[in-house]
Amino acid sequence: MPEITTAHYVMLSAALFSIGTIGVLTRRNVVIILMSIELILNAVNINLVAFSNQLMNMSGQAFAVFVIVDAAAEAAVGLGIIIALFRNKETVNADEIDLMKW
Amino acid sequence: MYEAFFFLFALAAVGFAVNLVLQNHPIHSALSLIGVMASLASLYLMLGAEFIAAVQVIVYAGAIMVLFVFVIMLLNAGEEERTNFSRLAGTLGVPLILVLLASIASIVYRIAPSDEMVRFGDFHGRTADIGRMLFRTYLLPFEIVSILILVALVGAVVLARKES
Repeated sequence: MPEITTAHYVMLSAALFSIGTIGVLTRRNVVIILMSIELILNAVNINLVAFSNQLMNMSGQAFAVFVIVDAAAEAAVGLGIIIALFRNKETVNADEIDLMKW
Repeated sequence: MYEAFFFLFALAAVGFAVNLVLQNHPIHSALSLIGVMASLASLYLMLGAEFIAAVQVIVYAGAIMVLFVFVIMLLNAGEEERTNFSRLAGTLGVPLILVLLASIASIVYRIAPSDEMVRFGDFHGRTADIGRMLFRTYLLPFEIVSILILVALVGAVVLARKES
């Protein structure tokens, strides 16, 4: 069994970031796009906690708390926008939202 | 022991994440996201970040996912139909994402000290230390973030309110 280094955690984070980016770019449902953004924010948290462990410094975990608060705020506002959008346009598909398209 | 658990939970997280992107129904994606959160909470616990692991389960897998599932049920959004999937995105986008991942990987292997072992069970981030740090070193960012979440709360209420 190979030894686990910080690079392993960073690679896991990069993989989750790439999967989240694919989700944001390819999916049509705005709820799933928002979930992919949550995935990207989680990838950030893995880095912060892994480097906090490597450097034996608690600052990384304090910043992870800030990222989690950000994610909560983003989810609340994003889902509010989705509800307002659904009330006005009756759709959750990102390609049918073209009010500001010229 | 720790190594096996790392690979188990890392593979589970990546598998759930791929499932999230591939599923057609939003509620299945939400369940996959809960799986990702739970796997990551286990990884944080192995790194000695007990507080972050608990917050991950309570805030992410609890509060945020309840919000998501609630909105999915409110919108009654069914399966996403996959008409005219952009061919350009398939032929150009997916290789470019792989290039992005490969470039991140090469940079990581260049700058990260690869002989640095992770301290499993050796480093305990005590919750009291995080609290002391939040309220002393990072007091100003803490206050700014609390204003941010207050603004988000008011904004969500204003956005979702029925216009009279």
